[in-house]
Amino acid sequence: MEFAELIKTPRVDNVMLHRPFYPAVEGTLCLTGHHLILSSRQDNTEELWLLHSNIDAIDKRFVGSLGTIIIKCKDLRIIQLDIPGMEECLNIASSIEALSTLDSITLMYPFFYRPMFEVVEDGWHAFLPEHEFELYAATTSEWRLSYVNKEFAVCPSYPPIVIVPNSIDDEALRKVATFRHGGRFPVLSYYHPKNGMVIMRSGQPLTGTNGRRCKEDEKLINATLRTGKRGYIIDTRSLNVAQQARAKGGGFEQEAHYPQWRRIHKSIERYHVLQDSLIKLVEACNDQTHSMDRWLSKLEASNWLTHIKEILTTACLVAQCIDREGASILIHGTEGTDSTLQVASLAQIILEPRSRTIRGFEALIEREWLQAGHPFQHRCAQSAYCSSKQKWESPVFLLFLDCVWQILRQFPCSFEFNEHFLIMLFEHAYASQFGTFLGNNESERCKLKLQQKTMSLWSWVNRPSELSKFTNPLFEANSLVIWPSVAPQSLQLWEGVFLRWNRSSKYLDEAYEEMVNIIEYNKELQAKVNLLRRQLAELETEDGIQESP
Amino acid sequence: MEHIRTTKVEQVKVLDRFSTNNKSLTGTLYLTATHLLFIDSHQKETWILHHHIASVEKLSLTTSGCPLVIQCKNFRIVHFVVPRERDCHDIYNSLLQLSKQAKYEDLYAFSYNPKQNEAERLRGWQLLDLAEEYKRMGVPNAHWQLSDANRDYKVCETYPRDLYVPRIASKPTIVGSSKFRSKGRFPVLSYYHQEKEAAICRCSQPLSGFSARCLEDEHLLQAVSKANPVNRYMYVMDTRPKLNAMANRAAGKGYENEDNYSNIRFQFVGIENIHVMRSSLQKLLEVSGAKGLSVNDFYSGLESAGWLRHIKAVMDAAIFLAKAITVENASVLVHCSDGWDRTSQVCSLGSLLLDPYYRTIKGFMVLIQKDWISFGHKFSERCGHLDGDPKEISPVFIQFLECVWHLTEQFPQAFEFNEAFLLQIHEHIHSCQFGNFLGNCQKEREELKLEEKTYSLWPFLLDDQTKYQNALYSSPPHRLTVLEPSTVSFQFKFWRSMYHQFDRTLHPRQSVFHTVMAMSAQNKQLEKELRDLESKLQQHTNKQTAGVLTKEQLHSVRPDSPALKASLCLKEQALLPVADALRTIEGSEATDNRYSDYAETFAKAEPGVVSLEYGVARMTC
Repeated sequence: MEFAELIKTPRVDNVMLHRPFYPAVEGTLCLTGHHLILSSRQDNTEELWLLHSNIDAIDKRFVGSLGTIIIKCKDLRIIQLDIPGMEECLNIASSIEALSTLDSITLMYPFFYRPMFEVVEDGWHAFLPEHEFELYAATTSEWRLSYVNKEFAVCPSYPPIVIVPNSIDDEALRKVATFRHGGRFPVLSYYHPKNGMVIMRSGQPLTGTNGRRCKEDEKLINATLRTGKRGYIIDTRSLNVAQQARAKGGGFEQEAHYPQWRRIHKSIERYHVLQDSLIKLVEACNDQTHSMDRWLSKLEASNWLTHIKEILTTACLVAQCIDREGASILIHGTEGTDSTLQVASLAQIILEPRSRTIRGFEALIEREWLQAGHPFQHRCAQSAYCSSKQKWESPVFLLFLDCVWQILRQFPCSFEFNEHFLIMLFEHAYASQFGTFLGNNESERCKLKLQQKTMSLWSWVNRPSELSKFTNPLFEANSLVIWPSVAPQSLQLWEGVFLRWNRSSKYLDEAYEEMVNIIEYNKELQAKVNLLRRQLAELETEDGIQESP
Repeated sequence: MEHIRTTKVEQVKVLDRFSTNNKSLTGTLYLTATHLLFIDSHQKETWILHHHIASVEKLSLTTSGCPLVIQCKNFRIVHFVVPRERDCHDIYNSLLQLSKQAKYEDLYAFSYNPKQNEAERLRGWQLLDLAEEYKRMGVPNAHWQLSDANRDYKVCETYPRDLYVPRIASKPTIVGSSKFRSKGRFPVLSYYHQEKEAAICRCSQPLSGFSARCLEDEHLLQAVSKANPVNRYMYVMDTRPKLNAMANRAAGKGYENEDNYSNIRFQFVGIENIHVMRSSLQKLLEVSGAKGLSVNDFYSGLESAGWLRHIKAVMDAAIFLAKAITVENASVLVHCSDGWDRTSQVCSLGSLLLDPYYRTIKGFMVLIQKDWISFGHKFSERCGHLDGDPKEISPVFIQFLECVWHLTEQFPQAFEFNEAFLLQIHEHIHSCQFGNFLGNCQKEREELKLEEKTYSLWPFLLDDQTKYQNALYSSPPHRLTVLEPSTVSFQFKFWRSMYHQFDRTLHPRQSVFHTVMAMSAQNKQLEKELRDLESKLQQHTNKQTAGVLTKEQLHSVRPDSPALKASLCLKEQALLPVADALRTIEGSEATDNRYSDYAETFAKAEPGVVSLEYGVARMTC
């Protein structure tokens, strides 16, 4: 197969492996098409299996004939391999470099992965838009499913099925698509059952410098308003940025043409600004020698928590407009594939209890990220150690997960999933044996035939043995809206991701286990007590009958 | 009472500290001899002890009244608006008087009466016995003995009467050494590590100046090192920055010269003095109290306040101390200038790392009693109990509590107590409600007759200990399990639950801790019920074997009674709910000030911009 050409030295003996929290291990290093494997060939020692696609960057060093390769992973771990022999080391390094940057998606591991587990439920069919819509259809008839994008012709980054106002026909949608960036006409993102208010999302309107307008667009978004009600348009760009966009054909909704809508500009950063932020943050976290002052100033300079605050604040604002003011919302930035999705999905976490369950959160990721066309392939191509700095690389999804974690920390009993679930999603978005996060949108996924050729992440996750790891033992369904605090004092560094490889979590893990034990024991006792009470009650009735005649 | 001119003011508003739209609650303000009480329109009461008031400030008159800002030592900040300036002025003056007492006898502890009888009160004072504590450590023994040198506070006024010193140190040596030490605080035993036979000793700086020596002092240090049969050299830790220690030499004080003392290893650890700490905390509070704080301002404020840097320095010093004992088996002598601030921090924290007993509720009380109260940490001056020199006030003890909190964060199962315990102790070092923390040393406390006239805090905390227990606590596998915390900078976090303890909106809305605590308590109840049920069932079985003949008959006639089933269901429902109150989400209640003000503003005017700041929504027109 074609990988063989890339692997010059498939095997090296006497390689020393250094990785966080484990003693150094000596063993045999093997390269396969998709994995870097190190095995000590002894019992009781864990082998290292590293996906090439998880490798973000490598450094090599030589001292005499001893080569050292430092591997920086997308999950932020750093490992070191000491390889005897200059040639072997160079060969290994160049193979890793080539194998970790394959440009053809079809060569990626998910196309070769054969699962060792039994598929109970095929994740590819677990969250069909039709089913999701049924949940709404029960409460409202104002919306309908549209198949206008069946061939991905109207909007290449939308799924084939979208939810739109009932009163707008497909012809109008086609017209609106020409007026919105990337053809992303406004579609339903969330319907608030309590008051019928909705979140819609779209791309920016293509008003340009001469203030183009589109009657169908105006009609479409007005169709979502109840009589006499106002709505809010949340533009995730600052007014300044939005105005500049007009020069490139983009723009924002003019008050005159959308009199029933108020526009609010929030400034959420995008693209390389976020990538730089991640790089700086990880750099700060990885240096344990920082003095307190230096650490705090580096943490500040990374701006990561500022981004978190900005995104959360905007999501809270959307949730407030919906729940407290009873106003519908349209969210967009430029393309409507990044900050728009962050805000729309976080607002749902705040508003909707279902999205705080495991199943509901999976549905949210599927609907609001994958089908909504967040370009995972581009955004997650590289992580914090990359030097290529492509414009399209950006930790948009990681920021979203971090925001969810912040809310989870503030409402630790309101989520069915735990922190590990979020960390798992972060890992799989960047490197995975599953096909779920491959491609940039449904159209690409269709062409790649992912459903036929790869396994869905959800097929693996939704098995009881995996779910138990991701379930929050404290969960108690909570039907309320949960308002997080966005004060800087309330936001924290996500240690589970950013300090994961820099500090031992042994004591924290043990404490977590103890907590689980207490909760399990409680359930067990409750069950026993109930059983005995029942038995006793039965006996007492028997006694009663015995005595009464 | 002569200070109180107005006892009740109506229509007083309280402004939310972080709200940006001047949202307020209206209610009535009462002034009593001991407390300021505010009852709002929902009948919610806010009690503020006069002794907790750190500052009262009257701001310039506004259209809605006269603002009065009260900052408390427990980090509560209340912003009242009193309708009439005269009332405001009266309250302001009264509070100024009431919050700053001139005499100990006017403090709350001397009038506080928790309705205990005399015997109970005395037992409370006897709850902690330091002689017992030294016995627990294994002292006296072949190397260490109780000295009666300070029986009458003749050698050192700020030390306790009972002091433990090396057996081979004679009284003249001790007296000689005390004359060479600042405030007479000569080296004495603070903690004895039985397994390593090594000791933590404490003292004040030597009066060495540039060249002075004292043979007795040298002998005493030698005696300390000889009292350790395993390791002959000992560490002398000067907890001050080197520069400060050197400056002290000019004043005839200073530090030990390694050449004059045999077998010592001298080490500076660089903890700053009380003045630096005071202004550091002040800066920290200014930063965290700012309205509309941005993330960047918060972190650059944390950095420039330097507070976490100081916390790390104290922690590093304690770790150095613990390592000297566990790794090198060496005894350590700790001092700073007077040996009652930084020395207390380092000795107590070091002991806490070494000995799991101090991580229990009772043990932690003993630790505070020993290294802080008894060895003369000047609580009254550091907490500003009386109207005195503001330069003597310093958050030295708070830093100790914060270090302990950081340890509980790193080792969630190592401590029997929880955060609430630390907060409660902090509350009472300032409350002056109990006698424990009044005065600056034991001699002064005896003169004040505190044991006769006031109550001790410790028994009250013990009575309430279910509130302070850590459900995840697991007692360590062996008697001396050492904690080895990491002090990488990223381990240190802003202690929100301390510095924002009254700012509800900033905290998580559900508490893992409370849920687990409640469940753990419920487990105990269930275990008991299970035993009861089992024994009742057993009784029934016994009865039934007696009447086994009729039983078969019975079964055949017994109908499946629907009434019976219903009653069973009812019983199951009656199972105790796990502290529902604790799980209630406050986030969506109308009284919640994160969002409640949002709707009002909406109703008023058509907003142009909606923004969210500080967790509280705001709409500006």
